[in-house]
Amino acid sequence: MNSVQEVSKAYIYSINGPVIHVKGSSDFHMNEMVFVGKEKLLGEVVSIDYDTTIVQVYEVTTGLMVGEPVIATGKNLSVYLGPGIMGKVFDGIQRPLDYMEQKSGTFITRGLNMEALNPDKKWDVHMTVKEGDSLHGGNVIATVQETALIIHKVMVPPGVFGEVIEVVQDGSYKIHQTIVKIRDKKDTILPLKLVQQWPVRLPRPYNNRQMVTRPLVTGQRIIDTFFPIAKGGTAAIPGGFGTGKTMIHHQLAKWSDSDIIVYIGCGERGNEITEVLEEFSKLIDPKLGSSLMDRTVIIANTSNMPVASREASIYTGIAIAEYYRDMGYHVALMADSTSCWAEALREISGRLEEMPAEEGFPAYLPSRLAQFYERAGYVTNLNDTEGSISIIGAVSPQGGDFSEPVTQNTKRFIRCFWVLERELAYSRHYPAIDWLGSYSEYSEVLRKWYGEQIDKRFYEYRTAFITLLQQESKLMEMVKLIGEEVLADEQKLILQIAKVIRIGFLQQDAYHKRDTYMPITKQYKMMEVIYYLYEKAQKLIAKNIPISVLLKSLIFKEMLSIKYIVGSGREGIFEELHKKIDDFYDELYKAYEDME
Amino acid sequence: MQLEYIGLQKINGPLVVLEGVKRAHYEEVVEITMDNHEKRMGRIIELIGDTAVIEVFKGTAGISLKNTTTKLTGHSLEIALSKEILGRIFDGRARPIDGLGSVYPEAKWDINGSIINPIGREYPRHYIQTGISVIDGLISLIKGQKLPIFSAEGLAHHALAVQIVHQAKLAKQEGTHFAVVFAAMGVTHDVAAYFRNSFEKSGILDRMVMFLNTANDPVVERIVTPRYALTTAEYLAFEHDMQVLVILTDMTSYAEALREISSSKGEIPSKKGFPGYLYSDLASIYERSGMLKQKKGSVTQIPILTMPNDDITHPIPDLTGYITEGQIVLDKKLHQKGIYPPINIRPSLSRLMKDGIGEGFTREDHPDVANQLFVSYADVQQIQALAEVIGEDALSETAKSYMAFGKAFEQELVMQHEDENRTLMETLDIAWKLLRLLPREELDRIDKLLLDKYYIAHKGETQNE
Repeated sequence: MNSVQEVSKAYIYSINGPVIHVKGSSDFHMNEMVFVGKEKLLGEVVSIDYDTTIVQVYEVTTGLMVGEPVIATGKNLSVYLGPGIMGKVFDGIQRPLDYMEQKSGTFITRGLNMEALNPDKKWDVHMTVKEGDSLHGGNVIATVQETALIIHKVMVPPGVFGEVIEVVQDGSYKIHQTIVKIRDKKDTILPLKLVQQWPVRLPRPYNNRQMVTRPLVTGQRIIDTFFPIAKGGTAAIPGGFGTGKTMIHHQLAKWSDSDIIVYIGCGERGNEITEVLEEFSKLIDPKLGSSLMDRTVIIANTSNMPVASREASIYTGIAIAEYYRDMGYHVALMADSTSCWAEALREISGRLEEMPAEEGFPAYLPSRLAQFYERAGYVTNLNDTEGSISIIGAVSPQGGDFSEPVTQNTKRFIRCFWVLERELAYSRHYPAIDWLGSYSEYSEVLRKWYGEQIDKRFYEYRTAFITLLQQESKLMEMVKLIGEEVLADEQKLILQIAKVIRIGFLQQDAYHKRDTYMPITKQYKMMEVIYYLYEKAQKLIAKNIPISVLLKSLIFKEMLSIKYIVGSGREGIFEELHKKIDDFYDELYKAYEDME
Repeated sequence: MQLEYIGLQKINGPLVVLEGVKRAHYEEVVEITMDNHEKRMGRIIELIGDTAVIEVFKGTAGISLKNTTTKLTGHSLEIALSKEILGRIFDGRARPIDGLGSVYPEAKWDINGSIINPIGREYPRHYIQTGISVIDGLISLIKGQKLPIFSAEGLAHHALAVQIVHQAKLAKQEGTHFAVVFAAMGVTHDVAAYFRNSFEKSGILDRMVMFLNTANDPVVERIVTPRYALTTAEYLAFEHDMQVLVILTDMTSYAEALREISSSKGEIPSKKGFPGYLYSDLASIYERSGMLKQKKGSVTQIPILTMPNDDITHPIPDLTGYITEGQIVLDKKLHQKGIYPPINIRPSLSRLMKDGIGEGFTREDHPDVANQLFVSYADVQQIQALAEVIGEDALSETAKSYMAFGKAFEQELVMQHEDENRTLMETLDIAWKLLRLLPREELDRIDKLLLDKYYIAHKGETQNE
């Protein structure tokens, strides 16, 4: 950013919100970063005509004047990639919010062009190449312990080849110091540093894409069991306000088995970002003994920050995610919410006076959504390591209406759809994921993994549970019309078991110390024991024992709180439950046998 | 010497177009003087070359292309502030209407405010007692929260707002100064007078600042009224360490004013004719609340909006709900049953509640009790639906206890008098009284130890802390 090329002939011609028109020079290129006005507000070129260039400005434009200069930088909107990203909070164009606070106080002032990564911090660098090594893009040249959890691998930028002619000793270096020099085929000498820049809108390259085979384990029962997402997969969480989208995002960020979390708060509430920061810093990962912030980066663009910067935040986030994927990490990216991002697109499109498609959204909405979600995947990197990016995007449909363009278009490019249902949220059933309307296209792909890693009967129980819930829904429609009394005892049993599944199994208490996360093996055992109760009860009913007698036993009540019983982590708890069910069965069976 | 521009090129609704302007700033304030020496203020909302599009605050009635001269003022919209502003009443553009003359400014602040860096925020966790059971118990208000009231025409949202202002009290009161900033946008004169009288009667007028833009005041002024109010609130909170409660009513009129101006500008509309930037615009209002690490004061917002046609999915409540930290929803059915406040808890929610109640904040049983009430009341709705089909007599004993609980919930917990101020302990005691109507094993959201302590104890024996 320092070597600014002065093309000062260009000047502001018109101003309308975040959109300005520039005249006087056409020496710009598309998506170039520019400095606007005397205060040097950051902007990006979005359209070029023979005499007018349109720029979207990432800061508030109040006070700008017609005629003020516009300066080209020659660079596309880029992120700085290097040690110092983890644990940080950036805004939509990767300005470090903590550093900005130190510099300018609680309120964000304009024209603060500061570097994303601290240029003065010294890092302990361990070199992994030697003179004479032949390198290409993606090769690791050095490692840095970035946080207690993350070893940062400094890589040759994609597209660079050559032979190492100079390497520094292991030691402490700043990000802009040259640590390796390489000579390429044309005899040009290229210095490599700890930091590199990458244009955000361009996906970082990889060798090849792999099939997804492993789930992203989340510890959330309804997700892991019913609607799993694969590592490298994509999911959308649509739901009206207050249905718990953000809550699910937080849970996945906290508990999913990914190495890196990129959390994009796009058009979110300011307090929510504060909450994430506070909570993640406090939460210690029990396995790793370190704060969750050590593996998390937050891109925070609250709803009142400039809209153009909201549009950019998604790309800033995904470019960072790709960089860590290239090191061989598994990255989970949370985007909350993609609807706010789409609204930013609409707002800018409106100011550009583009022809709108559905509901005022620009016609390129689907292609932009596709470009974003397609950057997820499980890949073999340029350096032959494996890495993945899983994207979980929240969708806030206007009016809770899923037929609106953002939800509909998102659905085409994602493979997990976790529908949040307002009625469930109203009765405080969390997570409010609707078990009938949601789906995961990964369930078939992951069947093998579950069979091998957990149990071959896992999918049997899963299918049985889903079927029971479907039957419940049909039966409930009948009950609503004619009351429960007319149902056969077998059907009443289905209602009882479905209730156990809903309350005991699917509900999960995020604020409960022991229920907030559950390993898949335990989820499986829970399903097994619930199903065991169902089978035994079925047998009793087949013996003509009335359901009312069955329900007198406390076992059904107890199973409703099975999640807390299991959560207590007591040794042998499942055996105990099995025994209780056996006792319940034997007792009744015997009683009725005697009567006969 | 400032340049004056004679005449205008175009007039359309509240907007005028001026050509040949030099050195104008985006969003700069201009002063338009008419032949009869009447002065009107305007703001530049678009600049194209030497053409400026200006919105005129008082409207364009009487303005012709020839009878005006326009002068740039060189600054954006500002408000004169001092501590003396407390107790004052202004119109929607911050001009005194109480006959006490203008405020001697200690500071002049840009009404657009600045964006709070999320890092600089302090996460709100201080509970505010409103004395209204259903809010305190189930939708707790937290200092620094933005918690709107979603209402409909004919419901008692004004009375509710007045009651909250009267009774609001921080749990930890020592050394805090409380102030209220009230902004009315597009309300009728009656409503404005109602608020003014109510506040006068209770003697809190000297801790209040009022901005009144009534229904027949210009729409352009309506756009800036909440911004004057919030700038005042920020000044009191962050310069004078006060705990400020801001009431904004009616946000629906505000959004409609925004739509009117947008259509005069010829902008491409999105849903229901509202401009595509409605979300960002509302956010620029609602996000101006909270607490800061560096400051002692706080801004708590209670915006009120009327849902057009009682429709919660209408863009105004919908977008509001995505920005604010919960919502208090009023319900016509409860109102018809004669219940005040007619708050329907099912769609209502306070997002910040979870971190501001319970042990160390209110009382240990508060979170579980709230949770249980929500769940049980949801069950009541289902049982009621069933009862309508098969008749109440055919219900099981448990189901009947739910019916009794549902009725008592509305009559005893939700319903209270407009000047009844209940402590949280009273509220929680009522809650336990209601929960005792249900069999103990139905209360699956409450910790067993808490049940042992509170379920069995009879009223009067509960331990008040």
